[in-house]
Amino acid sequence: MKEEYDIIVVGAGPAGSMAARFAAEKGVSVLMLEKDRDVGYPVRCGEAISKAGVEEFIDSNELWIKAHINKFSFIAPDETEVLLQFDSEQEGYVLERRIFDYELAKTAVNTGAQILTRTYVNGLLFDDDKVAGVKYEHNGEQKELKAKIVIAADGVESRVGRWAGLKTHIDFRDMECCTQITAANINVDPNTLYFYFGEEFAPEGYFWIFPKGDNIANIGLGVSGMIGKKKSAQSFLNSFMEKYYPQAPILTTIAGGVPSAVTLDKISAPGIALVGDAARQVNPLSGGGIASGMIGASIAGRIAGEAIKMNKLDHLLTYDKAWHDRLGRRHETFNRIKEGIFNFSDEKFNIIAHSINKIPFEKRTLGRVFRTALIKQPSLIIDIAKVFVI
Amino acid sequence: MEYRQAKTGVLMIEILPDKCDFCGCCVGVCPEDAIELKEAEIFIIDERCTNCSKCIWSCPIEVIMFNKEGVVAK
Repeated sequence: MKEEYDIIVVGAGPAGSMAARFAAEKGVSVLMLEKDRDVGYPVRCGEAISKAGVEEFIDSNELWIKAHINKFSFIAPDETEVLLQFDSEQEGYVLERRIFDYELAKTAVNTGAQILTRTYVNGLLFDDDKVAGVKYEHNGEQKELKAKIVIAADGVESRVGRWAGLKTHIDFRDMECCTQITAANINVDPNTLYFYFGEEFAPEGYFWIFPKGDNIANIGLGVSGMIGKKKSAQSFLNSFMEKYYPQAPILTTIAGGVPSAVTLDKISAPGIALVGDAARQVNPLSGGGIASGMIGASIAGRIAGEAIKMNKLDHLLTYDKAWHDRLGRRHETFNRIKEGIFNFSDEKFNIIAHSINKIPFEKRTLGRVFRTALIKQPSLIIDIAKVFVI
Repeated sequence: MEYRQAKTGVLMIEILPDKCDFCGCCVGVCPEDAIELKEAEIFIIDERCTNCSKCIWSCPIEVIMFNKEGVVAK
């Protein structure tokens, strides 16, 4: 441990590790602080991602790939199934995040970043108005550590940004509140992601079954906090399991939140940048946040490293624009689409499913499916086919 | 009876730590930064809470409760 670091990253999930790695690549000193005792555990994620989203940062490795995905199955409220197959370059994975996150952290450490687990950051140090380090608890002791730049990768709960005066709390209506189990004896196709829509499954959200090989699958759902007011995610999950898989042994049970909204107005301030879920860099339509979080973090890490090297800390503030140019603006489009879909009635989902099934299976591309869906909702005619790509 | 204090008087929000999964939904939606969450420890910072209930609505597993009588001091 050094007395002072150029950059401290709070959180060692995929975003934290990528921020640390891309900063360390610039030859500056970087320390990651992780509150839990392990990197990668507990997992709070459905674990699905596109191959392209992974390979921008790490070579694919069967160590952490539990399923190769080449089909989506969308299930309408009346249980009409719309099956969609895609070609190999659009392949997706279901990950073993416990291992994946660990391997990502290793790539950060291999570029020279350091890491300290069981370290709970509970405040910031300031130099005038500029963030100048962190206060943290480690092994029961309260300590302080100075840094020129702090990168907050502290996830959905994100408090670090708030302490720096950034507005990070998320409207409860935009929080997708999720529960998920990993269950055995689930006989689904091992290469298909299943998405269920409608009032019964997951109003203002979706229900998923993501296979993990050997008839094991992640089964879960997210509903908006607006729905949670009346019925919790857990109740929806219990109803589903009783109806479809009453005998399935349950291996793990987790809860989690997905900030399903556009990126925060400001994701940098003097001495601090926010990345990943903390910055709300989640694709608000799919709820996928691993790839987009890593992209945001890699930009922030690189810019932070450059700022230190140039001895020009203001350079950090260019991160907002760089993120918006790369993905932020696209997320704004996705968010508008999400808001449209939130308002679909069960009947509308059913009608859309029936019309899509009239397209012959071999001609069903994601673009064509969405075009068909959009005829029923013309105000949403936008570049929707790119939705699940990142 | 001695109640814990909230910003508006009596604290009415209660988290059941034994049932909590420490997922952070409630912390993410709290407008007052009134919830402290460590690895496997969670509590409400009494003097910041306004009893707004957003944490209750966003809890996926129903471990946050509203007690209109107030939460008794521990």
